[in-house]
Amino acid sequence: MSEKPTISKAELAELFRGFIDPAFVIDDAETMKPYECDGMSMYCEMPLLVVLPETVSQVQDVMRTCARHKVPVVARGAGTGLSAGAMPHAEGIVLSLAKFNRILSIDPLARSARLQPGVRNLAISEAADRFGLYYGPDPSSQIACTIGGNVAENSGGVHCLKYGLTVHNLLSVELVTVDGELVTIGSDGLDCCGMDLMALMTGSEGLLGIVTEVQVKLLPKPEIAQVVMAGFDNVQQAGDAVGGIIAHGIIPGGLEMMDGHAIVAADDFAKAGYPRDAKALLLCEVDGTEEEVHEHIEQAEALFRKLGATSVRTSQSEEERALLWKGRKSAFPAVGRISPDYYCMDGTIPRSQLAHVLTEMEKMSEEFGLRVANVFHAGDGNLHPLILFDANVPGEFERTEAFGSKILELCVAVGGCITGEHGVGVEKIRQMAIQFNDDELAQFRDVKAAFDPDGILNPGKGVPTLRFCQEYRSLEHKQHDIHSNADSTHG
Amino acid sequence: MADLSKQIQDQVLSARNAGTKLNIVAGGSKSFMGRAADPDASELNVADHSGIIDYHPVELVLTVRAGTTLKEIEATLAEQGQSLHFEPPRFGDQSTIGGTLACNLSGPARPWAGSVRDQVLGVKLINGKGEHLKFGGQVMKNVAGYDVSRLQAGAMGTLGVMTEISLKVMPQPAASLTLVREMAADQVIEYMNARAAEPKPLSAACWLDGRVYLRLSGAKSAVEATARQWEGEVLEEAEDFWQQLRDQQHGFFNRSEPLWRFSVGATAKQPPLDGAWLIDWAGAQRWYSGDAEKPRLQQWAREAGGQVSLFRGGNRDGEVMHHQPEVLAGLQKRLKSAFDPDGIFNPGRLYSWL
Repeated sequence: MSEKPTISKAELAELFRGFIDPAFVIDDAETMKPYECDGMSMYCEMPLLVVLPETVSQVQDVMRTCARHKVPVVARGAGTGLSAGAMPHAEGIVLSLAKFNRILSIDPLARSARLQPGVRNLAISEAADRFGLYYGPDPSSQIACTIGGNVAENSGGVHCLKYGLTVHNLLSVELVTVDGELVTIGSDGLDCCGMDLMALMTGSEGLLGIVTEVQVKLLPKPEIAQVVMAGFDNVQQAGDAVGGIIAHGIIPGGLEMMDGHAIVAADDFAKAGYPRDAKALLLCEVDGTEEEVHEHIEQAEALFRKLGATSVRTSQSEEERALLWKGRKSAFPAVGRISPDYYCMDGTIPRSQLAHVLTEMEKMSEEFGLRVANVFHAGDGNLHPLILFDANVPGEFERTEAFGSKILELCVAVGGCITGEHGVGVEKIRQMAIQFNDDELAQFRDVKAAFDPDGILNPGKGVPTLRFCQEYRSLEHKQHDIHSNADSTHG
Repeated sequence: MADLSKQIQDQVLSARNAGTKLNIVAGGSKSFMGRAADPDASELNVADHSGIIDYHPVELVLTVRAGTTLKEIEATLAEQGQSLHFEPPRFGDQSTIGGTLACNLSGPARPWAGSVRDQVLGVKLINGKGEHLKFGGQVMKNVAGYDVSRLQAGAMGTLGVMTEISLKVMPQPAASLTLVREMAADQVIEYMNARAAEPKPLSAACWLDGRVYLRLSGAKSAVEATARQWEGEVLEEAEDFWQQLRDQQHGFFNRSEPLWRFSVGATAKQPPLDGAWLIDWAGAQRWYSGDAEKPRLQQWAREAGGQVSLFRGGNRDGEVMHHQPEVLAGLQKRLKSAFDPDGIFNPGRLYSWL
């Protein structure tokens, strides 16, 4: 944890105004208000100051100033994160990279692009389109989220099984270290000598440095993509069908599953023509050359029928493909319509555990008195349970969090993890102690100290302190005892 | 075929208490790589810590002890029609998965199928304090904590002894076919990259002895249709060619001059350096066998947007890796201390100063 800053708010603002346009050193509460949270709006905090530098050398000066005075720094892109990773620190600054929004170059022959960190994810593919190229990872927030944030979170999307996560699609980053040094990690080549620092930086949630430039790989746009939609009477069959496709040797571009609640909500919203009586729905997209897609789509249709699908429909046009996806892509807002609030979880599980996990989740849903709808990146095991609640009912969010925590514990227990793509941030910092033991967490803290010995980069996120873990474990232990006693009374 | 992690842990702890150093060895097939091992360090042999722990073909996930040989892994995967898509070089039957990850070695398919580092999902490792730690996991998406698993790629064992590795595996392609045609070195860079920018099932692109080789892999219909559209003769016995390239058994790799490996921008122009060249990965990996001095090679690697290392032969007592700028060297030293505070593991193997 960082020590107390050695400088007042007014002095700090004055220092920043010495090298940043004073209009972009924000210190009044009203203008700072939009920065109090990211996409995880349940967690809010007002920062000391917000700064929006416009050049890399200004970012270096911001870091030098903050390092000298031990002022916490929270880097921020578009603020679409879902784990409160960009929630401000009360004694620190928000370092917004919003002004770094230029695509610096696209090299169509080398299939790469140089980007400032504030470039939006979708803008990369839009700019690369005229060369027949695109950028692979496509998180749901891709209209708004930025590549700098994608690097910080190692963002995924619906195409990860075939095209990988952010970590698989980066060549290099330019980084400002905690003491203001500028360094390039990675290269134009596919690997570098020595330890893989690119991998370490990717997904480090702003705890190790400030990314000021990103070089990504671009992929040739597939000639054609088609999606097969298959409805099933139960989740087990749908899960088996996913395994069946993969065992057959087909790696779909996207492979998504929704449960009954999500199907109805998404269909009400998008009018996608989903089988509303199905208990599970698969969307299986195959992309590639025309010959390959034709061959694989036929095989997928036959396999789904053989494995018990009650309905099978294949997109016959780009419009139909877009419509079938529209339901899935709008699943979150669709669920938002049937409940005042929803809380999106992000566990990952081995696919074979899906039916078990969903059954257990149904039991918990009854226990906590809260409904839950599930959307699932079935290809890569990333589960997004949406817990429906009403924040205006006192105690309901707390109950929702407790339910969510139980879901993540279950994910770890079946061999999965607490976060597939949303990051730990503040939100899942308690569950870190479920997935990792004290020695492992201590190793993470030592890694952090190698980059940031005073702990001023995004303090309180990602990796819990030792004391925090001990308190959490002892609390869990007590709750467990209470539960066990209650169970024995029932028995 | 046994779990020796407890014994390995004990050996690390005794080395720590005694203030001695350890050279981690398994198959020993890559002892020619990196800097020469410290003669004062004792050998920590982990070859017997081997065996497949968990393999679910439908999950596309494999978990093995780090001393498991590539041979055993590939035989097991082949029974299920799957493979290690990154085509790691086998410098002998005894090459292990742990050594492959520590040296970050991948074969001809790497630009399309990803590298060994790309396929790693999790590792268990014993750090310099003798703690047995687990990072990552057995699932494809996992962003909890720092990516310590992939950090091991290329670290050459300087951060700890890996004991377990989980990997993503993939189905073998249904069909494969190689096109070959004559081409001069100064034209081939643009040619290979232009092909790679097309949405076709390209899975390897290499240039050697005045010929360019393009391998197509995937659905049979797609491979055959692309072969009709692209120029070149269909190569007979293509599997042998790619196997020799992958395992570095081709005559090119037997030259007496030092062998240098360039990892550079795929479209960088070939440099005017005397010696023999082999261009792989559509230009992103280039092998040079010749007598040019390291400063000159480093200079070109920088201009080509990448790095160079002395892969085989030459002086193994000097620095064999690309020069590290001060900030990166500082970070790597501090990371080394974070994992191995007493500097027990593989001293001087990666850099003289680590």
